[in-house]
Amino acid sequence: MASGVKPRVKVPKTAAAGETITIKTLISHPMESGQRKDGDGNAIPRSIINRFTTEFNGENVIDVTLEPAISTNPYFQFEAVVPEAGDFKFTWYDDDGSVYEETKSIKIG
Amino acid sequence: MELTRRKLLAIGASTFAIASITGASAYASLTDDAVAAFTGGAATGEGAITITAPEIAENGNTVPVGVDAPGAVAITLFADGNPTPAVATFKFGPLSASRSASTRIRLATTQNVVAVAKMEDGSFQMAKANVKVTIGGCGG
Repeated sequence: MASGVKPRVKVPKTAAAGETITIKTLISHPMESGQRKDGDGNAIPRSIINRFTTEFNGENVIDVTLEPAISTNPYFQFEAVVPEAGDFKFTWYDDDGSVYEETKSIKIG
Repeated sequence: MELTRRKLLAIGASTFAIASITGASAYASLTDDAVAAFTGGAATGEGAITITAPEIAENGNTVPVGVDAPGAVAITLFADGNPTPAVATFKFGPLSASRSASTRIRLATTQNVVAVAKMEDGSFQMAKANVKVTIGGCGG
């Protein structure tokens, strides 16, 4: 279990209907690649976040499959269309089965 | 044959060049296989996809990379010098605006970053960017 995992997401508070907004997400996670060795020469087992999804009112925005080549504290920036007021739901899936969630609401105005 | 200083230098330079070429392509065939698995062996076009990466990355642990392919349904990133070439796959949903994304990746050594996009009509687009890495990011 990776400790101290904390998602951080930047979404504008308001947008015009149909407007394109930029979303930035970052989650603190060591993303242990499985390639590194400890002091005794034993391989450190892989422990990464393997999937990240974003939904807006239940409709998919982006679905990312992560491999060990993604850096520590995985960061993603992408663009989304906002057709109406609602909630963005961000979900990260860890190798160990943990699921981290974050929700941001956006208003039209 | 008389071995002059000039000839010796030339020989040294050519062996170094050969060594560096073979070193760079050690994992490249893995990437070709991975790209073929993603495209199903279909030919890839060029032009409708752009990849944004620094020419020189001082730290291979976090290299900012962005891809932009208007009309793509999925984009996969590969790094042909890493022990495993796959980096990430972005699948775009109906509410995705520009079919672009950026992230930070690990690069073990100086290499090409390859982006392959699957377009809405089922064709594939490919782009490459060479990144020089000063300090590798695999902790090997």
